Amino acid sequence: MDFSTLFIIIIGSIFVNNFVIHRFLGLCPYIGVSKKMDSAFGMGMAVIFVMTMASTITWLIYTFFLNKATSIFGIDLTFLRTIAFILSIAVLVQFVEMVIKKAAPELYKALGIYLPLITTNCAVLGVSLLNINENYNFIESIVNGAAAGVGFTLVLVLMAGIRERLEYSKVPKSMKGMPISFIVAGCMALAFLGFSGMKF
Amino acid sequence: MKAIQEFTKGIIKENPVFVMALGLCPVLAVSTSVQNAIGMGAAATFVLVCSNIFISLLKNFIPSKVRIPCYILVIASFVTIVDMAMEAYVPPLHKSLGIFIPLIVVNCIILGRAEAFASKNGVFKSMLDGLGMGVGFMLAIIVIASIREFLGVGTILDIRILPASYKPMIAAILPPGAFITIGLLMGLLSILQNKKKSKA
Repeated sequence: MDFSTLFIIIIGSIFVNNFVIHRFLGLCPYIGVSKKMDSAFGMGMAVIFVMTMASTITWLIYTFFLNKATSIFGIDLTFLRTIAFILSIAVLVQFVEMVIKKAAPELYKALGIYLPLITTNCAVLGVSLLNINENYNFIESIVNGAAAGVGFTLVLVLMAGIRERLEYSKVPKSMKGMPISFIVAGCMALAFLGFSGMKF
Repeated sequence: MKAIQEFTKGIIKENPVFVMALGLCPVLAVSTSVQNAIGMGAAATFVLVCSNIFISLLKNFIPSKVRIPCYILVIASFVTIVDMAMEAYVPPLHKSLGIFIPLIVVNCIILGRAEAFASKNGVFKSMLDGLGMGVGFMLAIIVIASIREFLGVGTILDIRILPASYKPMIAAILPPGAFITIGLLMGLLSILQNKKKSKA
């Protein structure tokens, strides 16, 4: 196992190719759930969890069922990729919700309302598709999924911190709410561009 | 008369992007050039119209408890069709849109229209609604893409507008440009709305 590749994937997914800021995935929760720090953190944790699980499961499905070279059926089913991934993510989220509700009611209380929202979070489907496009192996896919979730949480929590301050600042009437949030996101993206100079 | 309203409401009054802030991920991600914007808009419109027609045809057969997975399945099938057709006929466009074609599945506009409109209305009305929303979505991406391509490269649809000596504002086609452009456009729209309100 080559640890330097894993390290590059982690740094790459958190900072350089951040899912929200650089790849524009998962913008709905980024703008929608970033009003309060607590809920942003809860959402972030739920996303890290689901993204890691989804990367694992979709990689297994792709490798053992869809890809001709490694499939147990020996037929090319890659065209079913989108349908298979979205269905398995939907089932996974539902399943995770049921397990957490039974096993850890406290955690369920904290994450509960965010879990159903995640099914339609494009970052989850996005990370599954990217793992396949980048030809990551099993370990790399899991690591990439977790790192992408951490990157998502990082910018979500940063954004929530800024927006809590924005509540008390004087914003022109017509820029209140969404418009100013996008401008803030733009400034954050400018700051994150600094990371793209990093070369390994 | 009323049928026409179903079509026109999606274009300005209930514009999915600017007014309802749905489906932002593809809008920001593919608006680096007008050509990409047209491709994305056309793909999303096709899926929106087809899924609206199908869901309104099937609305009496789908049990309400499992309706969301059913909608997702219908949408995913049409997305797969678009994905394969684009790969076959316009490979360069398919390549530059990348994972955002499969990600049309999780575009909240499409699921939103299925849930809010097609599952309650007739086939013809649903088709017009889908067409209107699709055109509204396409117009929104084209507006943003025109601004970004104009500032960032000095061209629109690869036709040079600004003289070659123009030093392009590269930030406009990088991620920050997308956020700032949409933020300013939304601010502008809310200025117009506030003026309308104060007049009334």
